[in-house]
Amino acid sequence: MLEFISRMLGKENATSKNVAKERLRLVLVHDRASISPYMLNKLKEDLIKVISNYMEIDESTLEVNLSQDDKEVALVANIPVLKMKRDFANK
Amino acid sequence: MGEVIVVTSGKGGVGKTTTSANLGTGLAALGQKVVLVDTDIGLRNLDVVMGLENRIVYDLIDVTSGNCKLKQSLIKDKRFANLYLLPAAQTKDKSAIDPEQMLKLCQELKKEFDYTIIDCPAGIEQGFRNAIAGADCAIVVTTPEVSAVRDADRIIGLLEAAELYNPKLIINRIKPVMVKRGDMMDISDILDILAIDLLGVVPDDESIVISTNKGEPAVMNKASKAGEAYRRMTDRIRGEEVPLMNLDIPDSFFEKFKKLIGMR
Repeated sequence: MLEFISRMLGKENATSKNVAKERLRLVLVHDRASISPYMLNKLKEDLIKVISNYMEIDESTLEVNLSQDDKEVALVANIPVLKMKRDFANK
Repeated sequence: MGEVIVVTSGKGGVGKTTTSANLGTGLAALGQKVVLVDTDIGLRNLDVVMGLENRIVYDLIDVTSGNCKLKQSLIKDKRFANLYLLPAAQTKDKSAIDPEQMLKLCQELKKEFDYTIIDCPAGIEQGFRNAIAGADCAIVVTTPEVSAVRDADRIIGLLEAAELYNPKLIINRIKPVMVKRGDMMDISDILDILAIDLLGVVPDDESIVISTNKGEPAVMNKASKAGEAYRRMTDRIRGEEVPLMNLDIPDSFFEKFKKLIGMR
């Protein structure tokens, strides 16, 4: 019902076409960069390993994604830092 | 020297065979000498769409394996004397022919015909590689669905890897009512995503089912909307500038009212 009302009001986002476009966009980023969700997960694990040598990070909210605009694919990582490791800084 | 055009899509069931039959028949109706080649070995269908299934004697594999001469295998169309079909073999599989043999065959056909139209099987394996081996250019068929557009994107990448650049897109089975409602991706959405040139748009049309039932391509039916779309495409292939068909649906009273008061 809510969907129906928002459609009546002409809200674009409620349409299934936009759902299709967004899903396609995401799936094509992976297809075109030929990187599988499995590979992305491995990459995430390796990133955590390396970064943990230097700082304490919040693994539960860590985000690693491929993003694409026009013709470029970028690897975007959002890694919340909890603590720097003092011992490493002092070396 | 003629041109070899491969009609491909990746995904099955989006209308490659129907497209091949209609473009071939349409070009023949414009006076061009055309041959349609069915490369879907084991699952041939172009013969039934063309209504020529009862006339098959030899097939593609008979030609490449030397069982018959190329001329013997070509089936003349019922309607146009300048239109021929080279059917696929039904009892073999895709490995019965290789890309090199296909390339040689296409080079032979090119000498004789203005347009050689190759109906490609679904998939990206050997059947696809055979079909594109001798092609000069490609037409990619898709429908406004996530799965079909995704596969089209993959095929465009594979065509480029095979040095078949600038493929042309056909968007098949568009339903203007659903597009208007926002429940189907429209032409610009798909072109945005795939970023290739558009050859044409075919509206979803019951007359395609009827024409396939009868074995008479819709392009010959003046009353068919899909047929009109194919006629425009054949004109474009011949180098004419033809506008897209108008698929817009006029606004209802309520929609006009919404626009008037600025709700849209």
